[in-house]
Amino acid sequence: MKTKLYDIAHSRAGDKGNTLTLSLIPYKPEHFELLRNQVTANAVKEHLKQIVAGDVIRYELPNLPALQFVCQQALTGGVTTSLTMDTHGKSLSYALLEMEVDVQ
Amino acid sequence: MKERIRIGCGAGFSGDRLEPGLILAQQGKLDYLVLECLAERTIALAQKRKRQNPDTGYDPLLERRIEMILPVLLTNHVRLITNMGAANPLAAAQKVIEIAQRLNLSLTVAAITGDDVFHQLTGDEIALETGKPLHESGPILSANAYLGADAILPALATDAQVIITGRVADPSLFVAPLVYELGWSLDNWEQLGQGTVIGHLMECAGQLTGGYFADPGRKEVADMAHLGHPFVDVLANGTAVFGKVEGTGGMLSVATAKEQLLYEVMDPSRYFTPDVIADFTQVRLLQAAPNQVHATGGRGQARPDTLKVSVGYEAGFIGEGEISYAGANALGRAKLAGAIIQERLQDRFADLRIDYIGSTSVHRTSFGHYPAPYEIRLRVAGRASTAQQAALVGEEVEALYTNGPAGGGGARKYTHEVVGIVSTLIDRNQVVPNVTRLSA
Repeated sequence: MKTKLYDIAHSRAGDKGNTLTLSLIPYKPEHFELLRNQVTANAVKEHLKQIVAGDVIRYELPNLPALQFVCQQALTGGVTTSLTMDTHGKSLSYALLEMEVDVQ
Repeated sequence: MKERIRIGCGAGFSGDRLEPGLILAQQGKLDYLVLECLAERTIALAQKRKRQNPDTGYDPLLERRIEMILPVLLTNHVRLITNMGAANPLAAAQKVIEIAQRLNLSLTVAAITGDDVFHQLTGDEIALETGKPLHESGPILSANAYLGADAILPALATDAQVIITGRVADPSLFVAPLVYELGWSLDNWEQLGQGTVIGHLMECAGQLTGGYFADPGRKEVADMAHLGHPFVDVLANGTAVFGKVEGTGGMLSVATAKEQLLYEVMDPSRYFTPDVIADFTQVRLLQAAPNQVHATGGRGQARPDTLKVSVGYEAGFIGEGEISYAGANALGRAKLAGAIIQERLQDRFADLRIDYIGSTSVHRTSFGHYPAPYEIRLRVAGRASTAQQAALVGEEVEALYTNGPAGGGGARKYTHEVVGIVSTLIDRNQVVPNVTRLSA
């Protein structure tokens, strides 16, 4: 069954210059493996292709558990010089949560 | 040495609310209060103000915050550490002394300087973001190195009740009192790694206690109108227990702490500060009681030999214009207006952005959801080298009243000067912090 990440996980976006960081935290720890298998760096890069111009790197934090995505060239220049409305990219956590995954 | 200290964080950015810090100082039974008020770009803007008037350049809310909180801090013996000095810690300290005199309070303030390395740069240093020399980004306005906890320690050793810094790494504002009060050593990387986890969790204040977390129906947070900010009890062995003042709104949970732990973190196993390269990957969070979270497991490796320098440069001007369309075919008429503006301005702006607010203005896509909105606000933004040229954007949008599609209303126009930010590195031996003590 397809479900949005929004239904099984939460996220907070952060910015460092033109780089966007996105955490992905399952509500239930048992969903961590599913996220680890399906929400790969490549899958996120594909999902956010209209937003992220550069590479996506994924870090795993099994202790929390959580995943962290670092997205390069994602903030149209960064907070001070960007022409976008959301110059920090603070709303982009909800762009990640639009992604769909398969849940048994 | 103490066995345990309690630190509160009453502000997580320059524009943060004033009341939560006051409540922490009044009821939090704190040893230290930290007010973190200095974002990446804030200091460059402050440097501009200081150039116009050498008595300014500190945080614009400093006077209101200090006036409100100072009597309570002194009554309750809470020491304040804040980076509200921004571009001018000395003028900030002087202002605090003035406020103390006005309130008839006796007080010592310590200002920490030395982060300003503007005169030490040639402009040929390489910007980390672009890989090119700094001067290619634009005329340089400011350069401030991120100082660490070691720069704050000499001030803590004085009798100062208020310690004012300029650019200091945010977690270091918390690591300094931990090191000073708990007798930690500046080369115990495990302790400093855990201290940095604590500082990083605390530095955004309300973001740990349910602020920036709530999502109705999914992530419920109680009484957000009275959101309380966090405090942390830290034992000499580094164990940290986070909490908030009884009766304040918000929520402190493992979930709010996880979001904050990873906020703005690149590689969680190598989080660089001037104090340590911290490792967040072994952190364990435990809900000990309602609104009480334990954190253990922060680790670290030897601190870097270089300090990060935040460089502000002049990046021209941005002009903006907005106008609304509502009712049938609102999006169609807004898009016609956008196309008209595009044609009228494209030759004069290298970089022009046109947004349809209510449709795709925030994420640049809507992931396949295309409802027909009742109203749309057209927004146009363009970058220019002069204020006059930037103003053309708003002028053209306003002119849509009589030169654009039917039914446009509520036009607004803005221009503002842009300060860009890039980073570079400097050898830490070239940066010499200094403490100045002032008394009232």
